Formats: sequence, structure tokens, C-alpha cells
Amino acid sequence: MCNSTLTKQDEEIIKVLQEDFPLCEEPYKVLAARAGVTEEEFLNCVQKFVDEKKIRKMGAVLRHREVGFKFNALCAWEVPPENLDEVAKIFSAHPAVSHCYDRNTAPNWNYNLYTMIHAKTREECDNIILELAKMAGVENYQVLYSKKEWKKTSMKYFRD
Amino acid sequence: MELSLFDKELLNRLQGNIPICSRPFAKLAEEIGTDEETIISRIRALKDAGYLRRIGTFFNSNNLGYVGTLVALKVSPTKIAPVAEAVNKYPEATHNYEREGKYNLWFTLLTRDKNHESNILDEIRNLPGVEDMLKLKSNKKYKVNVQFNLN
Repeated sequence: MCNSTLTKQDEEIIKVLQEDFPLCEEPYKVLAARAGVTEEEFLNCVQKFVDEKKIRKMGAVLRHREVGFKFNALCAWEVPPENLDEVAKIFSAHPAVSHCYDRNTAPNWNYNLYTMIHAKTREECDNIILELAKMAGVENYQVLYSKKEWKKTSMKYFRD
Repeated sequence: MELSLFDKELLNRLQGNIPICSRPFAKLAEEIGTDEETIISRIRALKDAGYLRRIGTFFNSNNLGYVGTLVALKVSPTKIAPVAEAVNKYPEATHNYEREGKYNLWFTLLTRDKNHESNILDEIRNLPGVEDMLKLKSNKKYKVNVQFNLN
């Protein structure tokens, strides 16, 4: 949980961590120098952010189209509120699901659970959705295939 | 560039957690039975070839004090491009997709406070061609894990 407020130094370290990870023998030493702290201080801070769940992961995300996962669908599901946790657990366990969030409904929009699904073909994607619907016993849902990617960026924190 | 078995193993491993220590690539090399230099040069090659979207830190925006929302817009079909471009101009809008369906433009917004969020949403709601807007807030993130298993 987020249980400590961020100091100016924390914010500096976060800004530096958002840059590309240096591909060299001692990457954290390079980043620490940019943030004006020692490597040890920097590593301790990164570990603290991981423990506090401010950092979700240190690692890589692939370009999914380049590695063959060309189709993605946002799927909006209408789930009885009392079953939300249970259904979300079933969806989250599926390896093709990258994101699973609840969301509030709106007038004439009763969908309250959302998943991002990735697959190599549209047919495979459709089959996964049918499989999820069947496993969870959800009948009302909308598949929102992407027609065009207008923007996909990583947030730059503490830039304003 | 075709991916070798070694590349796939390396990419699968890199999607997990990179060790937090002074020589993370040496530690990774030890885990998968190679040497530090090979790991570093191979990651560089895979990055140059466009397989990696990003290598580094992925933050949990909520725990940094940011508020996020998913927004669905119903845009008149002839106005999609100008509306999408107007949304893209906000650095706070991180993902923006045209989708099939009644709501045809979907974007995510991350701001440091709710006032800033509602100001941006008011501006977007008033763009010519925007017929309806849904603000879809999340309470529970059950899963955030973008991993593609290569085999």
C-alpha cells in the first residue's frame, strides 16, 4: 500500500527511473548519478518502492504486435455485483488476459468489469472470449475491438 | 530478425522482474546459464529490432497519488480524427484507441488530482463532434500483467 508520502528526492528518483533503463553492467549506478544519490541509496529506494507497491515491476514489456500477438480486444462485461470478485478471479487466471478492472456503470451502460485480451488471430481472440463467458457464466458483454491505435505512451510522472 | 530459442527464453525472463542489485544482468545471466556480456548485447539487439516496447520501471499510478480513469466517447464518425488528435495533445491521456461499437473512441487519463481531471474532461466533452461521454472509474484492479509467453 501507499503508506508514505514522497519526498523531493523520491520524486527525483522516480523521474530518473522513467527513462530508458541503461543496458550496461551497472545500470543503477548510472541512474543514481543522474538522480544525485549513491548507488546504495538508489537501490534501497527502488526496493522500498517495490515493497510499498509504488513500483509494479522492474522489467520489460514487449511490443505485442512484433512478437505475434496482433489482436487485442477490450471486453466489457455485465456481472452481478455480488459475483464481481469471483468472476474477476476466473478472468484474471487466464493467461490471455493482461488487465482486469472493475468500473462504475453509467446510464444505459451496465457493464461493470473490463478485460484486455491479447491473441494471435481474431478467431483465437473470439474463442477466448467465448471461453471466458462460459467459464464465468456471463451472458451480457461487449467486445470492443480496436480499429486504430491513436496513442500509446507511458505516463511521465512528476513532470508538471 | 527471427527470434532464436535463447531470445525467447530471454524475453520471457525479462518480462518478469529484473533483479534489484548492482549487477542485475550478471545475476540474470547466472540464472539462465550464460554471461553478462551476452545478456546485455542480446537485449540491445532485441531492442534495436523493435521487440521491446520498454525496459525499465512500471509504476502503480494510484500508489504515486495519481487518479486514473477510462473514458468512452461517442464521436460523430466524420469527426473521429480531429477529436482523437485533440485528446492525444494531453500528456495526461496515455492510451487512445478507436474501437468498434456505439462508443467509438476510448482513452485513459492520468492526473494528479480530480479537479485537473474534470477540467480536461469538460474541454473534451465540448469538442465538436463529441455526442456522449462515459467516465468509467475503477475501484479494484484485479490484474495488471502484460506478459506474452513466447515458445
